[in-house]
Amino acid sequence: MKLDRREFIKQAAIGSALATAGSLFPGISFGSWNRLAGGPGVLAWQKTPCRFCGTGCGLLVGVSDGRAVAVKGDPNCTVNKGLCCMKGYHSVQALYGRDRITTAKVRKNGTLVEVPISEALNLVAEKLKETRDTYGKDSVAMYGSGQWTIPDGYVASKLFKGCLGTNNVEANARLCMASAVTGFMTSFGLDEPMGCYEDIDHADVFVTWGNNMAEMHPVLFSRMLSNRKRRAGVKIIDFATRFTRTSQAADKTIIFKPQTDLAVANSICYEIIKNNWVNDNFVNEHVSFHKGKTNIGYGTEDHFTFSDSAETIDFEAFKLFLEDYTPEKVEKISGVPAEEIKYLASLYGNPSLKVTSFWCMGMNQHTRGTWINNLVYNIHLLVGKISTPGNSPFSLTGQPSACGTVREVGTLTHKLPHGVVMNENDRQMAAEIWQVPVENIDPKPSYHTVEMFRALDRGDIKFMWIQVTNPMVTMPNLRRYRDGALKDDRFVVVSDVYPTPTTDVADVILPAAMWIEQEGMFGNSERRTQHFAQIVDPPGEAMSDTWQIIEVAKRLGFEKQFPWSQDNYIEPIWEEYRRFHTGPKHEMAPYTVLAERSGVQWPFVDGRETRWRYNPAYDPACKNDKDFDFYGKKDNRAWIWARPYEPAAESPDEEYNFWLNTGRVIEHWHTGSMTRRVPVLHNAVPSSYVEIHPEDAADLGVVNGELVKIISRRGELTMPAQINGRGVPVRGMVFVPFFDESYLINEVTLDAFCPISKQPDYKKCAVRLEKA
Amino acid sequence: MPIFSYLAIPKRDARKSLCEELSTLEHCQVIPADNQDVVVVVTDTPDEHTEKQLQHTIKSLPSLQSLSLAFGYNEKLE
Ligand code: SF4
Repeated sequence: MKLDRREFIKQAAIGSALATAGSLFPGISFGSWNRLAGGPGVLAWQKTPCRFCGTGCGLLVGVSDGRAVAVKGDPNCTVNKGLCCMKGYHSVQALYGRDRITTAKVRKNGTLVEVPISEALNLVAEKLKETRDTYGKDSVAMYGSGQWTIPDGYVASKLFKGCLGTNNVEANARLCMASAVTGFMTSFGLDEPMGCYEDIDHADVFVTWGNNMAEMHPVLFSRMLSNRKRRAGVKIIDFATRFTRTSQAADKTIIFKPQTDLAVANSICYEIIKNNWVNDNFVNEHVSFHKGKTNIGYGTEDHFTFSDSAETIDFEAFKLFLEDYTPEKVEKISGVPAEEIKYLASLYGNPSLKVTSFWCMGMNQHTRGTWINNLVYNIHLLVGKISTPGNSPFSLTGQPSACGTVREVGTLTHKLPHGVVMNENDRQMAAEIWQVPVENIDPKPSYHTVEMFRALDRGDIKFMWIQVTNPMVTMPNLRRYRDGALKDDRFVVVSDVYPTPTTDVADVILPAAMWIEQEGMFGNSERRTQHFAQIVDPPGEAMSDTWQIIEVAKRLGFEKQFPWSQDNYIEPIWEEYRRFHTGPKHEMAPYTVLAERSGVQWPFVDGRETRWRYNPAYDPACKNDKDFDFYGKKDNRAWIWARPYEPAAESPDEEYNFWLNTGRVIEHWHTGSMTRRVPVLHNAVPSSYVEIHPEDAADLGVVNGELVKIISRRGELTMPAQINGRGVPVRGMVFVPFFDESYLINEVTLDAFCPISKQPDYKKCAVRLEKA
Repeated sequence: MPIFSYLAIPKRDARKSLCEELSTLEHCQVIPADNQDVVVVVTDTPDEHTEKQLQHTIKSLPSLQSLSLAFGYNEKLE
């Protein structure tokens, strides 16, 4: 045991050094060590995707005596080709925190007491049935995650939508990817990127739209940097609202005022048309023009509803719409000098440059998130820079399986594994595969995430089961939703691996198996499905989230729909799920192929992966004998949308005079419940802080480390200032990382959302500051 | 029983000699990068005194340009 522990620490030391080297010397490789390193006592290396971001790096995990003791990058995985970031290298240590939840707990007379897991599962099933019988089918809900494995999400959807007949299934990816989905659906009619990470090896210009890739997608960023080093003329343009590590490495940083990316994107289109940079052949053959509703609201009130309607317009009407967005006019709105807007337009407009745009939360967590996704597609479509190597509008994901589990399995209220609940054919397909009567599947979506937690607060929902996520840290306007969850007749079940503020509100805590303690699959940002076997045993009575749901389903009488045995359930679940995606547009690889390879991209047709969709040279679903086939839309065209600039839901004013922006840091994964239990990561950034511009700090009379009170209309929080740290906001803005549960910044944020995607905006609300 | 890891940067054209010099030292594992002049050094020593001595020896190697700490662990502190 002593030897193992020591070897484990030694591997951590190596991992740390490799991670540090990786961040200091992008593209550095220790491949020959990887080939040689068995390490004393390491018996086997097994493949898995990393679980700490949507990049989906392939890892090899070294196991000794039943314990995961080492990590190295998987050289066979094309995502990272043997590289990892510091979270990846330290990932296995997150399995072994001292306070791992290993037994079930049930609240009795206000106190959580340990019980056998079978007793806890009995109680979950009883409460679920009792609540449903008393208050109706929509009084129970499941709230899952982009860190759910694909089988986790699939069985959750099957149980709740197929068997229990409620569309109350949501996942935290609503908070991170919903605008990307509605952006894809409205522009292309099909979800997920047309390109792949290989675009990085072909592009001449990278534009990061409000996206700090150096910290959030470090392995992809390092691939960009090594391309810049290797190939002449490669440029990185950081289009941002604050200075970050991405800005430090970029060739140019262009700062815009929050929310005005909408105006700048339109202005780029204006310039492209004005300078005759439009790719006429492409536009005439493959694009149609549309407009939707305007002044669409912000969703801050309960029961808010909105549905858009598309009106077809022509190119001339689109051109006229853009007259409001000359660079000179937009300079006044956005603070971006007209010359910079023209420069950006010239990069997109230059026919000899291949351009890839990257974005993630900056564009998605936006009260006009769907619109800004549409507008960046507009730019690429006007110049025909899409679906070819290096020309890619690329929406990155944050979580390891936001794509695989939430978008593909469809664990959102309106979705099914294929299509939407509103569509009769899609319901019929689901009913047939799930072996349930079609009437079971409700044709009306119920609550999206924010509204689901509002319903819990109001009492419309009485029972909620939360898996693999920590909403009592992440919900915006948090105090309302925590108070709601704590109300007397609410019953909250939480499946997790460590105690969190969410387990604090639970009536039942179920100990969950984590990542490689179970078999499963994730789906990353580039349509890649990644299988992992169970590599080590879960501790105590911890059980996979998939199997927890199956246990409850069986107790509720759904043995027919959940017939699998605990010895072998992932393979049959995958093969059943795969039936939803039959056909060249979305065919998934069989289980046996997934088990062998370090990830497989869909559509997987006749043994071949599809790297660029809508391009017949790569995509077998293209049928129109043209150079592109945008087959997602009925008119076989990609849609350009006239979407205006509209202000944020809440902007700084006399009383609340600062923007508050929130986000992550490289060392920590989301709410920090796992990475804060890894000593190296925790010690690197032990607690949260508020980044303030040095001149604003001087005005406040605050120096580095001094306490600042951040006050909004919803709440307040006091935390230490960080001045000239890794990120520097512009004057009039503060930035707070949300990984630290001792500083619940979401008590301050606003629960406004994009009316189309229903994704909240964590990047913009108004606060004032006081020296504490 | 300390364990430390470092990034060692060799002097110009001295990567090979730095690796050779480091490899002769006891309690010292060497992992050179394939494509950059960077060497990962891991030390695993029985006590603090030995660790300090080893650190001193590494810092005095003629082929070493700079040494920076990446990870430190000392069982006594746990
Ligand atoms: S970049 Fe993301 S997927 Fe890759 S090692 Fe880091 S956290 Fe893991």
